[in-house]
Amino acid sequence: MSSATLARTASAPDLHGLVAQFDSVEAIREASTRVRDAGYTKIDAYTPFPVEGLDLDLGMKPTRLGWVVLIMGITGGLGGFFMQWYANTTHYPLVSGGKPLNSWPNWIVIMYECTILFAGLTAAIVMLVRNGLPRPYHPIFNTPGFANAMRDRFFLCIEARDPKFDLDSTRAFLEGLSPLVISEVEK
Amino acid sequence: MAVAAGKRKAPFKETNRVIRPGETYGGIDDAVLTPVLAPLTKTPVWWWIGFTISAAVLLVYLVSVVKLITTGIGIFGNNIPVAWGMPIINFVWWIGIGHAGTLISAALLLFRQPWRTTVNRFAEAMTIFAVVCAGLYPILHLGRPWVFYWLVPYPNTFGLWPQFRSPLDWDFFAIGTYFTISAVFWFIGLIPDLATLRDRAKTKAQQLLYGLLALGWNGSAKAWQRYQRAYLLLAAVSFPLVLSVHSTIAMDFAAAQLPGWNNTIMPPYFVAGAVFAGFAMVLILAVPLRKAFGLEHLVTLRHLDNASKLMLATGMIVVYGYFIEIFTAWYSGVEFERYMIWNRMFGDHAVFFWALIFCNFVAIQPLWFRKVRQSPWALFFIAIIVSVGMWLERFVIFVVSLTKDFLISSWADYVSTVWDWSLFIGSLGLFSTLFFLFIRLLPSIATAETKETAYHDHHHGSDAFEHARLEYFHAEETA
Repeated sequence: MSSATLARTASAPDLHGLVAQFDSVEAIREASTRVRDAGYTKIDAYTPFPVEGLDLDLGMKPTRLGWVVLIMGITGGLGGFFMQWYANTTHYPLVSGGKPLNSWPNWIVIMYECTILFAGLTAAIVMLVRNGLPRPYHPIFNTPGFANAMRDRFFLCIEARDPKFDLDSTRAFLEGLSPLVISEVEK
Repeated sequence: MAVAAGKRKAPFKETNRVIRPGETYGGIDDAVLTPVLAPLTKTPVWWWIGFTISAAVLLVYLVSVVKLITTGIGIFGNNIPVAWGMPIINFVWWIGIGHAGTLISAALLLFRQPWRTTVNRFAEAMTIFAVVCAGLYPILHLGRPWVFYWLVPYPNTFGLWPQFRSPLDWDFFAIGTYFTISAVFWFIGLIPDLATLRDRAKTKAQQLLYGLLALGWNGSAKAWQRYQRAYLLLAAVSFPLVLSVHSTIAMDFAAAQLPGWNNTIMPPYFVAGAVFAGFAMVLILAVPLRKAFGLEHLVTLRHLDNASKLMLATGMIVVYGYFIEIFTAWYSGVEFERYMIWNRMFGDHAVFFWALIFCNFVAIQPLWFRKVRQSPWALFFIAIIVSVGMWLERFVIFVVSLTKDFLISSWADYVSTVWDWSLFIGSLGLFSTLFFLFIRLLPSIATAETKETAYHDHHHGSDAFEHARLEYFHAEETA
């Protein structure tokens, strides 16, 4: 093992990863597929708009957000029912319009609104939290030219914590994908 | 005109497509975001004029609110028997306007309509501001607005609960949920654009503002995956929500025994009316906005055409509702119902009914013609007429029904007061002030989504219908 490699290994904790820049959807999808096929796992792509199929190209699993939202929606609906049931039958029994105490048809609208409120807020909040937001700082922002990531450039990052990551060979591999620029990005 | 939008190159040729062919990602950003990030001194003159007028009208609102709170709701013209006068007309009018925004952002997303992308942002803003104007009405009308939180079911020392069996309490839940979900939907949609603004911001203040609001969005593939799923789910819950909101409002009336209110057609008919009024407001806002910011290549004639088709379709459903009301009154055989319709058409307030028929039925008929649907200013004026018509509709349903109910001894007329009008006109000021601030501080078009549309347009042609149409006409010409 040469001393140069040792020196790099020592500085590795400061390295976030290698980032390649592309200028089209086709290029980033092609590159993502090849990076995944080469066996890298700690990879991510950064694009100005959602690119259909890119998550699959990168070997990502589908999100389970839908299940969380479904469960919370049902919870909201049941919660809405039990709130009204408890209020009108147990806590403060009140006969109104000659209806039975448990006059559930009257409660459907509020149950429905509670379902939607819980489901909608869950979708938004869980999405943000699972994405680690709000988080003003992220190492990827150190990438040169990343100001265009939300404009018209597409970035592919192989992170240093990837077991297959090796500065020289990974860089050589990325160069084979013919990106516009490759940059070493620090944490 | 479009000072902040930069110099426009060639005179722009209107297009029938969803987006002008050949748009670049960066070009979309520049067209939409440059006016937002322009320094204060570069703010166009039309913006200052509009904002000043709006703010002046907003003052009228504030004065009216102060008068209302210090004096009480006796300053309104409502009394017995017309206990629901202008406040509820204006409340329903405003909330109806909001519905088109949610429909554009949610329903058209679920139906995969590519034309929604460039109009959804400002339509959603319109929704939120309209719901703000609407929501303030019932609160102000409570008489003691500072205890409005009694409507919320919370553990309290009175040991009391709201009346969960009342449609008025359903309203509170419906509108509260509607506002919350619309605002969240809007903000989630804004995040990628806020990140773009953050990266382009020139001054410290802009960097701080957009940097904070963008929450650190970086557009990673995993983040986009969750984002898109969350956005789709929000759309999926918003679509039925919007239908439920106006249905609930309709039940405020339909659940009463009053002739003219007690009608099972009310919920769907109110929803159609709301969407009708909402698309009218979308056109009222879109026509000047695209001109002022030079966004004709993004908000194209196709958008105006589609919005006016929807306006025509929902308008005709509303007209069907008018017809069914008349038919049901006759078919029911109930003398009070029959008298109510007769009173509407030929009674003291007949002029409002016929004006309403003109505004909501006659005035929209030109929309059957493509030429009208594609002339922006014609649409603008039709949309204003429709907005007036929808206000008249609520007046006719609420007030005219209440003036003459079952007992002749309880009949009385309704006269609105100057405060009724100042609060209403003031609420227009509130709406337009918020809207002017919005178009200056936030992107009025969703750039990330528009880039996606541009991508599909380059690569697959997002416009399957347009291709089919062109092919058809081409074949016809050659034959």
